[in-house]
Amino acid sequence: MNDEREKAILGVSDREVLPPAEGRLRSFWRLFRKNRMAMAGLAVFGLFLATALVGLVLTSGTDPLMDPATVRLQEKLRPPLSKPNLAMLRPKEVPALGVYLFGTDDLGRDVFARMLQGAWVSLTVGFVAVGISVIVGIFLGGIAGYYGPRPVRADRVGASVLLTLGAALLFTGSGVTGGAILVAGHLFLFWDLLWGRVPLLREKMPWVRVLRVPLFSVDTLLMRLVDIMLCFPSFFLILTVVALLPASIYNIMIVIGLTSWMGTARFVRAEFLSLREQDFVTAARALGVGDLRIIFRHMIPNAVAPVLVSATIGIATAILTEAGLSFLGFGVPPPHATWGNILSDGKRFIFDAPWLTFVPGVAILVVVLSFNLFGEGLRDTLNPRLKERH
Amino acid sequence: MAGRNGTNLKVEGLRKYFPVRKGFFQRVSGWVKAVDGVDFEIPQGKTLGLVGESGCGKSTVARLVLKLLEPDLGRIIFQGRDIGPLSSSEMRPLRRRMQIVFQDPYGSLNPRMTVGQSIEEGLRTVGISPRARKDRVLGLLEMVGLPAEAADRYPHEFSGGQRQRVGIARALSVEPSLVICDEPVSALDVSIQAQVINLLNDLQERFGLSYLFIAHDLNVVGYMSDRVAVMYLGKIMEYAPAEILFENPAHPYTRALLAAAPDPDPVTGKGLAVLSGEVPSPLDPPPGCRFQGRCPLVEDRCRKEDISMYVLAPGHEVRCWKAAREE
Repeated sequence: MNDEREKAILGVSDREVLPPAEGRLRSFWRLFRKNRMAMAGLAVFGLFLATALVGLVLTSGTDPLMDPATVRLQEKLRPPLSKPNLAMLRPKEVPALGVYLFGTDDLGRDVFARMLQGAWVSLTVGFVAVGISVIVGIFLGGIAGYYGPRPVRADRVGASVLLTLGAALLFTGSGVTGGAILVAGHLFLFWDLLWGRVPLLREKMPWVRVLRVPLFSVDTLLMRLVDIMLCFPSFFLILTVVALLPASIYNIMIVIGLTSWMGTARFVRAEFLSLREQDFVTAARALGVGDLRIIFRHMIPNAVAPVLVSATIGIATAILTEAGLSFLGFGVPPPHATWGNILSDGKRFIFDAPWLTFVPGVAILVVVLSFNLFGEGLRDTLNPRLKERH
Repeated sequence: MAGRNGTNLKVEGLRKYFPVRKGFFQRVSGWVKAVDGVDFEIPQGKTLGLVGESGCGKSTVARLVLKLLEPDLGRIIFQGRDIGPLSSSEMRPLRRRMQIVFQDPYGSLNPRMTVGQSIEEGLRTVGISPRARKDRVLGLLEMVGLPAEAADRYPHEFSGGQRQRVGIARALSVEPSLVICDEPVSALDVSIQAQVINLLNDLQERFGLSYLFIAHDLNVVGYMSDRVAVMYLGKIMEYAPAEILFENPAHPYTRALLAAAPDPDPVTGKGLAVLSGEVPSPLDPPPGCRFQGRCPLVEDRCRKEDISMYVLAPGHEVRCWKAAREE
């Protein structure tokens, strides 16, 4: 083919002119910067992160620079910014800053050091709990959205029930019954698979087909599970589970994570349902791209925006939940300080020493508010229908 | 592979009914007969135009042919092989022999992937080394008239016409022999339409592609196609070579469509009645001719019996007994 023909075919603009490139991140930042409240949230979040990290370094170890556990009964309930009475203290008991920045509590412990220690707890609880809930939510929501219409057969349900029940009984102590049910479950599964593979068995026992009726869809199974989980008031669900488990910060993270994934799952499912019908997914299927690649390269990257927003706000909720649990005495066991138990310890002295409740209260408020503002800013910026995108 | 003049795609008695579910127990309360017995044939290197109003089943036909939807009945013979009973793993090697170009240039590209990555997707499934893939992507971009820098850009930085070119490059990346164009120019400006159509024509000539060209714009279809099938409510109403269909339309629906098309040439106006009424719902259509409700020539017989295809001339078929008698 000759050049002139080529030019005619491609029209006037045979070298298409493209606008200067702007990366996604760059354009995101340009828009996000305009949102002042969100920027304030981001700044507070940065400050909180730095505080928690510095606090971890300063307050942990065998001989910390600022020991939140040092008891000075002669210095109890000192107001903020008061100078320590050096004559009464051993050198190790003198606060590192030379002043009780946030005062001391009823045992003479430095509230500033305790707040620093508690910041790390709040941070890790927030991030780990939300990390767990996001992973569970994306996994279950993704399955419901992508494989939703597939049926769940009666035999599969039967096998799962037998296996789970057997394992549960085995672990809780009823060894013989549990073991028997577990073995029965395995035998059933084996026989069921065999029946599916061997034509002779199928001819001899056609009635087994009854066991294979589709009961409900994968989507129904998972979404009703979400509904069930949402039925419980989440704080009381967490409270019950925490009361049964040994008190530890890790248990609290896991429990908060495992009871707050439902919103994410619904988000991801909804996103997947709409993405499935998008032309670019159809094109990928027409090109012969596999399911896993479609899910991980085409669907998840397009579904994470709302998840990110709800995760940010979820961190605030998790921090608040942990503080609430600690306040009620179900949280991280003492002597480890968390904002919740500082608040809880201080409530008895609310008239004599208001700083004991005021300081952790304001800290929780500011951090939770900053995460919410940041999350809302993210949502507005990531919204594809935002008017002032360009 | 079929010879240069052989049949590339043959579709026989294709049917797809979608169940309509209602109530708490999701009882099936009716069927939408989206595609209700469609036959056509596309020779290698030729174009079949498929025309019809919105909702007549054109896009469903496209998805059935690609086996993105399972047909309820009928045979799809692609390069001499019935692809109906093939499983999805058996289908995979055939996938790249048939590709699709979409109507919506905004929805057809993944917004989180660069254009280069999008075009590369297909090459990945063929098993080409990453380096060779990069070269192929640049070659494909040049072929559709886009600069090499485009490979690292995201779709939102392109205009509709440019995106459509990217879509074409992606479809051609795996060297298909059949490309289904599902209204490829309907969403574009007229001037851009011409560019894309010329590009498609040129590529057809260069690679001997067959097109199933779906559109509702008769002018575009007339320009592109060797044969045209006119679809109405899931059935083909008229099937003829393009020149014959435009010069001598037999079915009252085809005539109405031609009369309604904005024609730049005023002399061709045939003075036929413009269609009144709406396309009826494809949900449980009445017996008889699908077009009975809007046909100016309707008679009792049209309301009672199903009308079959009448051969007016070799290669010219029409689903209208009155048109057949006229000839």
